[in-house]
Amino acid sequence: MTATAPPVAPPTGRTEASRAGSSGAGRSGAVAWMVLPALLLFVVFGVIPLVGVLVLSFTQWDGLGAIHAAGLTNWKSVLTDSQLPHSILVTFEIMILSWAVQTPMSLLLGTFLAGRQRYRAFLAVLYFIPLLLSSAAIAITYKALLDPNFGLGPGLKLGFLTQDWLGKNTLAIGVVIFIVSWQFIPFHSLIYQGGVRQIPTTMYEAASIDGAGRVRQFFSITVPQLKYTIITSSTLMVVGSLTFFDLIFVLTAGGPGDATRVLALDMYKRGFMSNQMGPASVIATLIVLLGLALALILRRLGGSTTASQQEGA
Amino acid sequence: MQARKLTQLNWFGGLAGWIWLAIVLIPLYWIVVTSFKDQSAYFTQNPFALPSAPTANNYKLVIQSDFPRYFLNSVIVTAGTIIPAVAISFMAAYAIIRGAGSRFLAGVNGLFLMGLAIPLQATIIPVYLLIIRMRLYDSLLALILPSIAFSIPLSVLVLANFIRDVPKELFESMRVDGATEWGMMRKLALPLTRPALVTVSIYNGLGVWNGFLLPLILTQSPDKRTLPLALWTFQGQYSVNVPAVLASVVLTTLPIVILYAVGRRQLLSGLTAGFSR
Repeated sequence: MTATAPPVAPPTGRTEASRAGSSGAGRSGAVAWMVLPALLLFVVFGVIPLVGVLVLSFTQWDGLGAIHAAGLTNWKSVLTDSQLPHSILVTFEIMILSWAVQTPMSLLLGTFLAGRQRYRAFLAVLYFIPLLLSSAAIAITYKALLDPNFGLGPGLKLGFLTQDWLGKNTLAIGVVIFIVSWQFIPFHSLIYQGGVRQIPTTMYEAASIDGAGRVRQFFSITVPQLKYTIITSSTLMVVGSLTFFDLIFVLTAGGPGDATRVLALDMYKRGFMSNQMGPASVIATLIVLLGLALALILRRLGGSTTASQQEGA
Repeated sequence: MQARKLTQLNWFGGLAGWIWLAIVLIPLYWIVVTSFKDQSAYFTQNPFALPSAPTANNYKLVIQSDFPRYFLNSVIVTAGTIIPAVAISFMAAYAIIRGAGSRFLAGVNGLFLMGLAIPLQATIIPVYLLIIRMRLYDSLLALILPSIAFSIPLSVLVLANFIRDVPKELFESMRVDGATEWGMMRKLALPLTRPALVTVSIYNGLGVWNGFLLPLILTQSPDKRTLPLALWTFQGQYSVNVPAVLASVVLTTLPIVILYAVGRRQLLSGLTAGFSR
């Protein structure tokens, strides 16, 4: 905070001040209108579509023509369709595995980056670069990099790198998880770095007096102290993984076959490629519900994270 | 104690740190090196070798395929989103903090917080319908309006956290001097939250600049393409010419890397402050 603040005036004119409205209600009337532009836009393009997605799930629409009511038809057809359990399975597989790769790695790197040495600050700057690239750019790059004929493996004549990475089901899912980690571990490391720096050093001092080594300190101080940070980071990872659309769309388009057809891609394909907006809206509703449920569960696990976010003044 | 902690500090973390650096940098190095090779060098040379005869032809090809146009579109959409989004989010955050106690404002705040837990991209179908009905389909404004809305929840949360830190006495003394809320917002809260404003702008700007789903669904004509979508179509056209495709990757990322080099301190510290609370 470098900005200059106006000098604090001596407490004269107190009577006018308190009359002018130290009461919350009078003051809130004077500022409440300032929330309106944001509220208006958020309602029109956030809240109304949220309701709209539920409404559209009960209609029939090809994306161009008229919209007709369709009752429960879409729900019945989607819920009995064998595509749905597959998409849910793939979504959860990618969500859980990418969480399991990213969390320990981000914790480790975040703790490492929390040290104040200059080379660590320099590393943090370089780590961040993948976050600057669009998912489309990253997908395009890895597609070329992993090409079984002209990619890195054949170029370096390394057999284990020369595989049909995007042509085999399990390999393709592994690639998606690797790229997601490559892209987002830096971001979560940064979150953990901030969290670790807020842990009082006295705790570590006390622990080393008691003879606890680094590893012990990491597991009995760092990790428990980062509880809320872990919840925040996990929430972002898990809810975020529901929207891995562009990466997968550009990388595999859901393939090979349907191996990487996550829910978001399923929604897109049904809606904008097969022109069935009704069933696509069913999937979208499920994504929203899933996101809400996961966020709530994670919040329950950690007590209330939003409260902790608001308290930390 | 600090010294002891550092010397012990963990060789395991250090090892992971350097390995991760390699994992991050190797693909990036490969992108840049390859983008300066011609196709025959790409097929024959060691992938990590520096180009024996560096060429800028790939970049020429990319620039000639209308990239300046897409670049301009991306600039318009990003600036057109971020400036209003940050302005209205700042006003909303100010109102939420200054009007604490009002049930209306608490409700609005709750609504925004809910927006954080919902994958808003899942609402793309109704957004598409809305944009068609507003006769905005296939325009840059069609990308700007939803982008503003999607960036409000996080912006309000981060900005409110910072406005809350402004000492109450400063507001009090300004009000004594006859300042209105609008005046206090501009002359007191605005300068004191400038670091947060920059962080929120960069963070949201990154998301909009790199956004793919909205342009894919809400635009159609080539002249409305933004960079990520152009990248994708370019890759479809020139899939054989990998060096040219990678040159397009470099070109779309370069402006962001430059901005990052300038504003990284602000962004990194701001992000840590915004999320680690």
